[in-house]
Amino acid sequence: MNRYRNDPAGIAALVRPDSVHRDVYCNPEVFDLEMERLWHRAWVYVGHASQVPNAGDYYTANVGREPVIMVRGGDGKVRVLMNRCAHKGAKLLSAAQGACPGGILRCPYHGWTYRLDGSVRTIPLREGYAGSGLEESPAARGVAAVANVAQYRGFVFARLSAAGLSFEDYFGESLSSMDNMADRSPVGRLEVTGGVLRYMHDCNWKMFIENLNDTMHPMVAHESSAGTARDLWKTQPPDAPKPMVIEQFLPFVSSYEFFDKMGVKVYPNGHSYTGVNFSIHSQYSAIPDYEAAMQGAYGAERARAILGEARHNTVYYPSLTIKGAIQTIRVVRPITVDRTLIESMTLRLVGAPDSLLERSVMYTRLINAPTSVVGHDDLHCYRSIQEGLAAGGNEWVSLHRNCPPAEPSVVGTHNGTSEVSMRGQFRAWLAGMTAPEGPR
Amino acid sequence: MTIAVPADGELAAFVYHEARLIDEKRFAEWYDLFAEDGLYWMPLTRDQPDGRVHTSLFYEDRLLLKVRIERLKNPNSFSQAQPSWCQHVLQAPAVESRDDARNQYVVRTPFVYAESQGDRQDIYAGVAWHHLAVLEGRLRMRVKKIDLLNRGAALPSLQLFL
Repeated sequence: MNRYRNDPAGIAALVRPDSVHRDVYCNPEVFDLEMERLWHRAWVYVGHASQVPNAGDYYTANVGREPVIMVRGGDGKVRVLMNRCAHKGAKLLSAAQGACPGGILRCPYHGWTYRLDGSVRTIPLREGYAGSGLEESPAARGVAAVANVAQYRGFVFARLSAAGLSFEDYFGESLSSMDNMADRSPVGRLEVTGGVLRYMHDCNWKMFIENLNDTMHPMVAHESSAGTARDLWKTQPPDAPKPMVIEQFLPFVSSYEFFDKMGVKVYPNGHSYTGVNFSIHSQYSAIPDYEAAMQGAYGAERARAILGEARHNTVYYPSLTIKGAIQTIRVVRPITVDRTLIESMTLRLVGAPDSLLERSVMYTRLINAPTSVVGHDDLHCYRSIQEGLAAGGNEWVSLHRNCPPAEPSVVGTHNGTSEVSMRGQFRAWLAGMTAPEGPR
Repeated sequence: MTIAVPADGELAAFVYHEARLIDEKRFAEWYDLFAEDGLYWMPLTRDQPDGRVHTSLFYEDRLLLKVRIERLKNPNSFSQAQPSWCQHVLQAPAVESRDDARNQYVVRTPFVYAESQGDRQDIYAGVAWHHLAVLEGRLRMRVKKIDLLNRGAALPSLQLFL
């Protein structure tokens, strides 16, 4: 299928200022081009430096469809290497994470070994390559290291394309959400811990990521789960202590007015967050020990400012979403046009009491797990879109909500129920899909 | 019929009955098998010691179980617009430990579980650990812990109870 590959105008025609063509979700060729272009040019989340605390520790991931290794070298530097032996292409590491035995990478097939920066260390019977041309071939260069890697508050990103925006220009002020999550630690550090929930979504990746700043769905899609929790809670005596689970469920069935006033902030390049003014995380019970530790570390005023933020989902387009106020993240791994793996993790605020981590763990289980009654209804809706878009009569998906005529820019703060964040994502999508090809 | 000290056969019969109640969606009766402080737990990793500071697939007290059961009655449970059904197939439950004096009984039951919805059917395997006690003359679950074989895999929606 080569309908779109050589037709930039055809790609451009898929995105209108207020709507998108169904092919962006359903067409396998468009998905292939997304992986080659958008995901190649974007700064894509790989992992968190706390997952590789010591030299030789590794974590495996995918950037788009390309398997990579995040590894800490003997020099303490975190690198991202292609997970491919320079010889015949076998993946060097197949476990999700671990420590490289002996502080080297060794291919399980023919035993080529590499240093932690990817350079060739040994090749068995190397004299057999004398005069063969190997030394001038790509194999002699060892395991390819991704040139463009950046780390911010421990979050490690890679850009596969040699050309493109710098990390700072790509994310800009949206990095403030990572700052706020990390600043919630009295020592300013985060640690990924508590396990990885892996939830297979049989839908296009964009349905998931659009939903993260969609505030018009919780009161509908989650009425059966959060609404049931609310109704059960109503039967309790008024002075009964409110369990954490009730605190976390109830805000999902807040009013339209609540979600509208929450506000959404949109940055360039597809990034955004909901919860500018307050959010579903604003009313959690105080944890006095923690607040005391924060005041001790930052002073009362600064601690109040850090904890006063209650940002809900921040989207780091296209690969990562984070919840600063509850210290959970979700990583988007597109597999095919209608299949996406969502990995959810919790983060410990280093120096904070365990009760904070306990709250994060409960939240991610209640909301993001394959066993979550909230997640079930979300995924049901995404799958319904994937199947429903095959219907004829209308090939367009509406993103009109609060779209002014000839919307000049999406950047800025908007009412929370606007679909402006999705329009911002598709502006970034179009730029990533149609930018002139840089060197690969 | 009230029980004072359960025979091994009574412990095994409890496990068979408990699975049947789930498969037949007799959830009110199933819920009633949990002790007041009962816990339904499916860890996310092997040898996971804790469900509070480590994420689990299920870590449900009676309140959370109640939310799940009541939700299934809600016509707006859209993921159940086409209802799921499940089937347990149990290996013979083995009494792993018994302590009559302390009223503590642990039963181990390997199982295969299928969950079906529309044209889709997902098959799981694992081991169920029932921590039982005689309370007010009948057996109840203090903990039902499920060690799912593929707990670390990328899972689809798992919508009923193992």
